[in-house]
Amino acid sequence: MATTETNPPKLHADNQQPLPTHPARRNGRWSGYRHLLWVRIIELRREPEVVFWVFIFPLLLAAGLGIAFRNKPADITSVVVIEGAGAQKTLAMLQTASEKASFDKSAPDKSSSAHSTIRATVLDRDSALKAFHFGKFDLAIESNPDGSYTYYYDPARPESVLSRVEIDATLQSVAGRKDAIQTSSQSSSEPGSRYIDFLIPGLLGMNLMNSGMWGVGFALVEMRQRKLLKRFVATPMRRSDFLLALTSSRLVLMVIEVGLLLGFGVLVFHMRVQGWRSVLSVLLLASLGAVTFGGVGLLTACRAQKIESVSGLINLVMMPMWIFSGVFFSYQKFPAIAHPFIKALPLTALNDALRATILEGASLSSQSGRLLVLAIWGGVSFILALRWFRWT
Amino acid sequence: MARRKRQRPDANVGTSALKQSHTNGGARFTTPSAARNRRELGYNLRVGSPIQCTNLRKTYDGKVEAVRGLSLQIEAGQCFGLLGPNGAGKTTTIEILEGLLAPTSGEVRIFGHTWKENERQLREWIGISLQETRLSEKLNVRETIELFASFYSEPRPADDILEQLELTEKADAWVGKLSGGQKQRLAVATALVGNPRILFLDEPTTGLDPQSRRQLWEIIRAFQKKGGTVLLTTHYMDEAERLCDRLAIVDHGQIIAEGTPSDLIERLGGHHVVEFQVSKNVSNNGNAHHDRNEDEEDDNLDHWRSLPSVESVRREDATICLSVREPHLTIPALLDAVTSQGHQLEHLSTRQASLEDVFVQLTGRHLRED
Repeated sequence: MATTETNPPKLHADNQQPLPTHPARRNGRWSGYRHLLWVRIIELRREPEVVFWVFIFPLLLAAGLGIAFRNKPADITSVVVIEGAGAQKTLAMLQTASEKASFDKSAPDKSSSAHSTIRATVLDRDSALKAFHFGKFDLAIESNPDGSYTYYYDPARPESVLSRVEIDATLQSVAGRKDAIQTSSQSSSEPGSRYIDFLIPGLLGMNLMNSGMWGVGFALVEMRQRKLLKRFVATPMRRSDFLLALTSSRLVLMVIEVGLLLGFGVLVFHMRVQGWRSVLSVLLLASLGAVTFGGVGLLTACRAQKIESVSGLINLVMMPMWIFSGVFFSYQKFPAIAHPFIKALPLTALNDALRATILEGASLSSQSGRLLVLAIWGGVSFILALRWFRWT
Repeated sequence: MARRKRQRPDANVGTSALKQSHTNGGARFTTPSAARNRRELGYNLRVGSPIQCTNLRKTYDGKVEAVRGLSLQIEAGQCFGLLGPNGAGKTTTIEILEGLLAPTSGEVRIFGHTWKENERQLREWIGISLQETRLSEKLNVRETIELFASFYSEPRPADDILEQLELTEKADAWVGKLSGGQKQRLAVATALVGNPRILFLDEPTTGLDPQSRRQLWEIIRAFQKKGGTVLLTTHYMDEAERLCDRLAIVDHGQIIAEGTPSDLIERLGGHHVVEFQVSKNVSNNGNAHHDRNEDEEDDNLDHWRSLPSVESVRREDATICLSVREPHLTIPALLDAVTSQGHQLEHLSTRQASLEDVFVQLTGRHLRED
């Protein structure tokens, strides 16, 4: 029934032009890479959320924490005196000492003030102990009928321990104890040793981790879910160019992140960066960090199909580092037996290296161990990610 | 490894011996003018067809057989349609041909090359629009086209593409703000920007309004006019009929019929369909017909088949459909038969036979049913 005469007119046999029909321009080897990188950056720029989380949020965090944990001029020791026979006398003794301390503080050399202000209150036994247990007071003092004192303190609270020593010394010296030896103290709260100085490099490291993991891992899975990855591999695009562009877009952002956060620390908190060599080292370190976490992000996202599942994975990977890697507080607080494990984490290596470079002006060559940890994490992640990667 | 030098498709390969072992041989397309077409395009006859595949099979997870032994040969300059219901295996087939899925068994050759050996080169020669790709919403139309252009070694200028696909006005609009039709045109634009020789389109017009569909058809025809080969999947009959030079009807992972649209309709046995409903005239026949069951009614279908010029009969609910070569012979006889049986005609219409009829004939199902 089919005949050779059923030649569909749609073939347009009369209208022939050889392919290609348009003046072709030739694209160079790196044209795809350049476009992918450029597109990635303008896409990020058009995403207000990204701008907020990558650039603004770390600054807000630094500002908030820097203010909350700023070095207070002098700690106020807050104590409660339990109502009883000797209570008023005790109060008077503490007030004498406190006045003396404030007098000292008004002296030209503030740093010589050894005493801190004592704020004392008298309460009945029950409410005094209750308030102490709730943390309203650092110490409860009870004067016994025989003229001795009982201190209630909490050994788990550093300020309570401190307060006991301080109050004891105060009471003893007011009661007439003479110091056996003469001592003098020099206080030190120079830029470089404050909490904000500790915090900013940690935030920088955390930010590099966050944006590396989300910027690479999340972005990849999102593109996979949208079938955009599949669409890309249906073109002659080099797959390595794509991954390279995704990672190197992180480097561009990294320069901005580092600049903003360090600049903020310097301008607002008068942080001191140890010389220009150090700035260069910080940039190199941050690049290594950005690429390393780009690799870890790539590995995390190499097979996930849904953004929900990759979000969970990314949080799972980052969680231990938030806790252990010394972002907000030093990991020295963890038992020493955990330190080798903690130091093997990439964020620990990055944070330690950033702190040493920014705060102490340490050279990169002196921290080859930390650089090696970063390089191994990054390198192994990249290799595994490329082996397991799923484009469709 | 990536080869830098671009080869012409005809510079290579002896005839890959894909003999036309197909059972639908009669409908195979080899016309003198198609051969002339190929010569003038520079594809001499020694060269493999733009697309051929033999005995493709695809099994997912060792269980689901999506494609079960499918062979195709598509000639240069053809618009070839894979037609079938959802889940028939169209998308799996087209993605295997596009080199995006590996077949469980079987062979694919594009211009005589295999995907394994010449992937990068083949990618330069083909343009693809996937069934669903959500392009980046925060890029504008021009940026998207430029991005895809940058992957090809000799792309067409973005302005050309924008103009051809009537997207010039939208060049600076974000992809997220485009209408469905515009998005689909952009998807085709990203397929055309590499200046391909073959265009693969997976359900290019699904969900589009009639005007956007027609616009896309024009674009596909224009590509064909310049000598390009098109493979598209669709579940729209009218699209297949109007656009495709040749069709394969796919069901359950197999080709159940192949040929030009008119071949296939011809194979149905008639170009016209007469549809009618009758009701029993109770006063004439008393209670005799009340207990009639379906079997008896189906027996009755033979009665309609014996009418002049009727090729086949089928029943759809209350309606009886006759495939008819010459309605002017059938209809008077039909009216007489109805009257003589004491029935009353409730509805009568005639129309051109469509691929839908072919599909129902072949599978007993409608195309849009699942």
